Amino acid sequence: MFTYILYAAAGISLAISFYKDRKKTKMALMKAWKSLENILPQFLSILIVIGIVFAVLSPETITGLLGTSSGIWGILGAALIGSITLIPGFIAFPLAAALLNNGAGYMQIASFVSTLMMVGVVTLPIEIKTFGKRAAILRNISAFVFSLIVALVIGVVL
Amino acid sequence: MKDFLKRYKILLILLALNIGIGIALPEIGAKSFDLTKANLIEMLAVIPPIFILLGLLDVWVDRATMIKYTGKDAGLKGILIAFLLGSAAAGPLYAAFPVAGVMIRKGSSLFNVFIFIGAWSTTKIPMLTFEAASLGPAFTITRLILSVIGILLIAAISDKALDKEQRNKIFELNK
Repeated sequence: MFTYILYAAAGISLAISFYKDRKKTKMALMKAWKSLENILPQFLSILIVIGIVFAVLSPETITGLLGTSSGIWGILGAALIGSITLIPGFIAFPLAAALLNNGAGYMQIASFVSTLMMVGVVTLPIEIKTFGKRAAILRNISAFVFSLIVALVIGVVL
Repeated sequence: MKDFLKRYKILLILLALNIGIGIALPEIGAKSFDLTKANLIEMLAVIPPIFILLGLLDVWVDRATMIKYTGKDAGLKGILIAFLLGSAAAGPLYAAFPVAGVMIRKGSSLFNVFIFIGAWSTTKIPMLTFEAASLGPAFTITRLILSVIGILLIAAISDKALDKEQRNKIFELNK
């Protein structure tokens, strides 16, 4: 649904831009393609890595790991899995809901969801391309620590 | 051609690895190919409009405007705009980095760019509705409130930790 809105926004903006200035619009499209092509090698590599990781680490395996383990190790494990993996939201949230139903705690799930969204180990090469090593690594480490805090707070609140 | 090989080296190695896995362990190999294919299709569905908007942003929004709204002296307004820009996004976080690159080039402050990245990663509106549907509103709202604080903190930490030389390097990277 949201993808359609995004397409509509891009389509309408493109039409307005084309109406106002053809040359600029062409330039915009060239820039769009160049930016995409710039990250394409890493992007495709990441998709293959995710494919391999998830072929080995099935949702059942994840459920097993987080469902049985609890406490701080479960939270840390969940944070590590969330940091390394890269799952689109429409798979991640039902998976998280399934994990909850299978006995994982809210804290583990919070740590998993939070790191999944904020920390990206496999996407680090792309991030470094924009922010450089120091800022990219720092951002990921802070996000990791923050996710653990989120898990603790959620544990207290819920 | 040589350039192409150099840039796509890792991809080719991974492809070979995946084919190797496919020969040694057909089941896992096939599963991994299916996953890659599904992910690729999903990404290709969201990525074109993001990059088209990025291109338009790059061409139509000039440096002065970007500085005015998200630059160093944009204050609270800049923070809000960075939050809104990131939250209105869709698509995986790594698609945000090229957009962040355009913002940096156009004169956004790094602090605001980090907020944009944080918002894109966690407070995306379509994701939030999906999260609430899956994990319940109490979970989602608690996490959202924490996220807003966390995004600001992480942006401040990342921003403060960079010295002048490192800042210049980031500007260099996005030229």
